[in-house]
Amino acid sequence: MKPAPFSYRRPGTLQLALESLAGEPDAKVLAGGQSLIPLLSMRLAAPSMLIDINALPDLDHVTTAADGVRVGALARHAAVLADQDAVRVQPLLAKALANVAHSTIRNRGTSVGSLVHADAAAELPVVLRLLGGSLDVASTRGRRTIAAEDLYVGLLETSLRHDEIAVEAFFPALALGEGVAFDEVARRHGDYAMCGVAALVQVDGDRVVRARAGYLSVSEVPTVIELTDAFSVAVDEESLAAAGEMALAGLDPQTDIHASADYRAQLVRVLTARVLRSAYDDARGRMLARVER
Amino acid sequence: MTTKLFGAKVPRVEDDRLLRGNGRYADDLMPGALESAVLRSPHAHARIVHIDVDAVLDCEGVHAVYTYEDLTGPMAAPLPLLIPHPALTHGRTQYALAKDEVNYVGEAIAFVVADDRYLAEDAIGKIKVDYEFLPPVVGIDNARKAERLVHDDVPGNIGARLEQNVGDAPAAIAAAPHRLELDLVIERSASTPMEGRAVVSRWDPDQARLQVWSSTQTSTGVRAAVAAQLGLDLGQVDVITPDVGGGFGVKINHPWPEELLVPLAAIALGRPVRFTEDRREHFISSAHERQQVQHIEVGFDDDGRLLGLDVEFWHDHGAYTPYGLIVPIITSTQLLGPYKPDNYRVVFESLYTNTVIVTPYRGAGRPQGVYAMERTMDAIAAYLKKDRTEIRATNFIQPDEFPYDHQLVFQDGRPLVYDSGDYPALLEKIKALVGWDEFEQFRTEMAAEGRRVGLGLACYVEGTGVGPYEGAHVQIETSGNVKVATGLTSQGQGHQTVFAQLVADVLGCSFEDIEIVTGDTRRMPYAVGTFASRAAVMSGSAIHLAATRAREKALRIAADALEADAADLEIVDGIVSVKGTTGPTISLGTLAVLSNPLRYAFDEVSKAATQFSVGRPEKPPVAEDDEPGLEGRDFYSPERSTFASGMHAVIVETDPDTAEIKILKYAVVHDCGHLINPMIVEGQIHGGVAQGVGGALYERMVYDESGQLLNASFMDFLMPYVTEVPESIDIDHLETPSPLNPLGIKGAGEAGVIPSAAVFAAAIEDAEGFPITTMPISPSELFELRRRHSVVEPTHAVVELVETTTPEEDSP
Amino acid sequence: MSEELHEVRLVVNGATYDVTVPGRRLLSDALRHDLRLTGTHVGCEHGVCGSCTVLVDGTPMRSCLMLAVSAVDAEITTVEGLALADGSLSPVQQAFKDCHGLQCGFCTPGFLTTITAGIRDNPQPTREEAREMIAGNLCRCTGYQNIVKAVERAAELTSAPRRSSSVETPPGEHL
Repeated sequence: MKPAPFSYRRPGTLQLALESLAGEPDAKVLAGGQSLIPLLSMRLAAPSMLIDINALPDLDHVTTAADGVRVGALARHAAVLADQDAVRVQPLLAKALANVAHSTIRNRGTSVGSLVHADAAAELPVVLRLLGGSLDVASTRGRRTIAAEDLYVGLLETSLRHDEIAVEAFFPALALGEGVAFDEVARRHGDYAMCGVAALVQVDGDRVVRARAGYLSVSEVPTVIELTDAFSVAVDEESLAAAGEMALAGLDPQTDIHASADYRAQLVRVLTARVLRSAYDDARGRMLARVER
Repeated sequence: MTTKLFGAKVPRVEDDRLLRGNGRYADDLMPGALESAVLRSPHAHARIVHIDVDAVLDCEGVHAVYTYEDLTGPMAAPLPLLIPHPALTHGRTQYALAKDEVNYVGEAIAFVVADDRYLAEDAIGKIKVDYEFLPPVVGIDNARKAERLVHDDVPGNIGARLEQNVGDAPAAIAAAPHRLELDLVIERSASTPMEGRAVVSRWDPDQARLQVWSSTQTSTGVRAAVAAQLGLDLGQVDVITPDVGGGFGVKINHPWPEELLVPLAAIALGRPVRFTEDRREHFISSAHERQQVQHIEVGFDDDGRLLGLDVEFWHDHGAYTPYGLIVPIITSTQLLGPYKPDNYRVVFESLYTNTVIVTPYRGAGRPQGVYAMERTMDAIAAYLKKDRTEIRATNFIQPDEFPYDHQLVFQDGRPLVYDSGDYPALLEKIKALVGWDEFEQFRTEMAAEGRRVGLGLACYVEGTGVGPYEGAHVQIETSGNVKVATGLTSQGQGHQTVFAQLVADVLGCSFEDIEIVTGDTRRMPYAVGTFASRAAVMSGSAIHLAATRAREKALRIAADALEADAADLEIVDGIVSVKGTTGPTISLGTLAVLSNPLRYAFDEVSKAATQFSVGRPEKPPVAEDDEPGLEGRDFYSPERSTFASGMHAVIVETDPDTAEIKILKYAVVHDCGHLINPMIVEGQIHGGVAQGVGGALYERMVYDESGQLLNASFMDFLMPYVTEVPESIDIDHLETPSPLNPLGIKGAGEAGVIPSAAVFAAAIEDAEGFPITTMPISPSELFELRRRHSVVEPTHAVVELVETTTPEEDSP
Repeated sequence: MSEELHEVRLVVNGATYDVTVPGRRLLSDALRHDLRLTGTHVGCEHGVCGSCTVLVDGTPMRSCLMLAVSAVDAEITTVEGLALADGSLSPVQQAFKDCHGLQCGFCTPGFLTTITAGIRDNPQPTREEAREMIAGNLCRCTGYQNIVKAVERAAELTSAPRRSSSVETPPGEHL
């Protein structure tokens, strides 16, 4: 299990990296490599060139402002998770990141890398979709921002063009009245989940203004489902169950060696209820804390 | 002063080296050796029409490429069938490189030697093979249907059929007051040691001598096979087992194709050559185990006493049978556990499929047998509405019934006779340890919180210390250091520590002065191997005997030197003295000097042994019945195996919504006779239990119908991390010594894994209230079972459900 | 066509090594075969088992999931670099010995490096944190029971007063 040969570039500037990428149609970009290198070693991917961006300056930032968190292409999962400001401004980041593989992988793997790897079983793409974040990408032609909802176009496929490098992700801050939660069921702790749910609930008093959930491992691409209608009356067992059914209508759970489609559907129901309840409680709790302060 | 080390928690002598990164595993040796890779069949069943290696020949860094056509003499013949058996009427083994047919995904087709593994893999990718596809046979059902054959000349895909009878089980069952039937399935798993297979070899043309380092469980086995297959004299071949990163059974099979191809290439190229298996290869080219379909019929009386037991099972042995029938024979005999059905019939068919070969994996057929027997016990208890422990107690072989002869033939070809044990005492201990009598209360409390729990119990008896023999050589050097060699190999069990404990006790020398060498044919060419929980019993006993011989000789020489009676002497801290006196003493080192009459002194100490210093002029310097040197050599070859036993109990919680299965408590009671080092025994149990958790709840080999293994990686073959094993494993010991060996010990290596399928199935069944008949079980499968059984309310009315679903009572 | 090679300077356990490797050479292979630091073991080569874990600038990472060429500019610590300056076992190593935390020893280097960093970052882990610390490493021999104990023991040994001033530095500090 050794990679096939490739040429290797370790540019010192983004411009050089972009030029290399533009000139090599079969090139791949290496950041953390925690997904890419196993693919190389198993020879499931054999790029002609690897452009290692680890030496690029100024890309490992985690910058927090009132509107949200900006995560540079070289920021490791662990760095984002450890960033107190970031997880305060958008608590869903920490809740989701804690479920990304194991800590050793998080020490090397990058959050932006995970976003562009576009695995529908991964946590961060769903989070970005749910929060309505975006991804900044660069090429020799310039920079552009891709909205999360336009990012994922197919199985392991994004709308990035070949010559583009993702340089920064933007995760919007938690807005007033919002609460978040995340949960997943995996075979083993740290494995890709059989089903995972991230939820964002906005409340006004007891009332749900908006509820939506992002799903991993139950569709081909990271999928977000609007569930507000389920909670028009109250947040109770009945409405939570209805939300689960509503979610299922928009998902496509498949059978694989770890879980049957029906079992995945069951996890959608169970986790939808758990996570929406928890996000609702989180939103209420934040409101109360705000009032008390 | 010298304290007895037997029974003490002596820290391991192995650790310091391993903790510093100074272990030496096969891939660490021989820097600069050429490296190799194997082209493996991507198809489960195909004829090889043509192999084109032309593209490889010019590859930079490639030194050699081999296909079947390049093999000659014995190497061109099928690999050895290691353990023939009269019932194995259709045994088949593969070629080192496939001749004209491949029978599983992963079978070796070509072998490339290159400067490094990267280049070797590049070359492998350039070999072109034309295949003619043949329909694959996957799974026991398809093998039995035999609509397709794995081997054209093996009708029905049946490699062997073996039946053993004690009394007349069918008649006894027919006449019994109650009858039940069970159908139980257990799927494939594998040893998956952290280090895969690895072999490195060097040919020394100056001495015409081959050296092979292999990550094996049998260096003498590999040696004999290499010599035979490569046409070398045994004396030309050394096989050395370096540090081994776990075995768990898979490394007892031999010779693997690479164990022959690497030395072959090393000789041909005149350079050291290495093969290190990668993880993907390990899944598709090393052995698996466990898969069986089992049908049990049992007849019993009102007390649940077994009157007749009739077991039929089908064993999937994969594409070839290099290891004979060992696994199903063990199932068929060890299935009886601590019980004594008066009438027993067992018959199995060992079946070919187009999948990886099956050879023993820790437990080796016992987990399947225990699963059959213990689930039968549970079914009887449920049927009679009696406590599960009561049914077991009713059927136990009693302590005064040993030796107990089952009148069956065991895996070693010898009578299945249990040497000792105390099963009622074990049962009491496990009940206390797990809180058996308090469980219903606990269940009620948990139910009140909406939580669902279940309790399972499983008992086993394990034949350990199987023959034919092991040997040991103990040498006391003039420095006083003691060098000990035994031939079987070590894979992390701490043999060097426990063997040194035994030697220190016999010789009265310092533990630190003892060096133990295992698995090096240069030091001990007569040996069998490490399997069947035999190392401590076999080599431990041999080392004890050999050390005793060395001691006797030391005392004989000392008696002469000290002018005392040998019976009056003692050895403390390596110094011999007359017991209870403060008179003259002599060290073991000096005795070693005296034991070897010299002409030439080589240092100050050895002057004492030269011809003007030692011996009496009227006698030969070495007596007729003696030999020079302070050494002992002996072999231990028991009449038959010694039988360890134990019981496990587990409390599980099943999530009512997600069907996740959580372990709340795991308890083990274990009897392996006297414990040489309780710390090491407990470590073995811990590891076995974790492997058992894996085998019961996480691990399985998933083949699709075309014979592709779908989860050939650690991402999808779910070995437990710490997060999947119980937070604690409660262990209690019983010590019923074996009368068969001088130390009263029994094997302990496999025990931890043996009852796992049975104990988890029982606990989950107890929690869920419907039968669990296929193991392992995942949350997804449990969820599907719940739907099938339409369980609305959690119930623990196992009785009714068991009665109506699986074990059907025969109509009279 | 010859493969493109790169001259790479690796700093491992405080020593500097210049090696010439192709871009594809995994850091694990470079450590083991080019630097002859064979204490780092390779158990799966797809990042799941953790046997190959080394410290990169003090942080545990899978050396099988890094390219040697990408490991420049970093200080790497392997199991060979864990012992204390006076040659004695580090608290984590000693704890493994005290607690029988290893059997075959193959996975051990990955646990040792991981725990060394873990104890440095969290000197007093709870039982749950001890388990979480090692949750990404596979062991097939020990059932993890004694490894968890070793984490706790390592924490004890690390916080205990040292025998002499020469071993004042906690094992992770000099990384």
